[in-house]
Amino acid sequence: MSEPTNEIREAIAGAIGEHEVILFMKGTPERPMCGFSARTAAALEALGKPYAAVDVLPDPRIRQELSLLSDWPTIPQLFVKGELVGGCDIVTEMYESGELAQVMGVEAPSEAPAEAPAAAEPGAPPMQIENKLA
Amino acid sequence: MPSPEQLKERIEVAIPDARVEVTDLTGGGDHFRATVVAPEFATMSRLQQHRRVYAVFGAEIGGAIHALSLETRAE
Repeated sequence: MSEPTNEIREAIAGAIGEHEVILFMKGTPERPMCGFSARTAAALEALGKPYAAVDVLPDPRIRQELSLLSDWPTIPQLFVKGELVGGCDIVTEMYESGELAQVMGVEAPSEAPAEAPAAAEPGAPPMQIENKLA
Repeated sequence: MPSPEQLKERIEVAIPDARVEVTDLTGGGDHFRATVVAPEFATMSRLQQHRRVYAVFGAEIGGAIHALSLETRAE
């Protein structure tokens, strides 16, 4: 029988592998619970490409295991094609420079260079890492 | 509660020849923004640069230091 935390880590690794673009955040794109998560989600929304979002708040072990897996201490964390892109600062910089659109394989918004939008518009499907433990 | 000056000093001690500015974003002593310019960043990706600065504080990130927003570059 595996350790409970490893089940969570496997679920996280699985989600990162299954979704081309996946954001781990506090809250949801519709209801972000932290300004950094809100700003990161907003940059993704502005690019218009669908992405998966995982709320780390329901279980503190999600955040703990995610950080062990990614070697990144803070939330949010954006993964594209299985690779960590970065947190809020890096994602915001990359959005403003057009690199984020490039990494995600979409057209950059035409009015460049744009400041990253301040808040997320609704649209992204929320997703849960399910805690199936007793 | 850490002060911006303490954070600045710790980064400067840990990263040789770093030029560091730290501001307290909220005045609450737990949300900070740091700009770090260091020669050793020249050979690192942005992801590695941020990891390097976060590593100075270890488990304090997310703990006593609730948030540390970073801007890093080589020169």
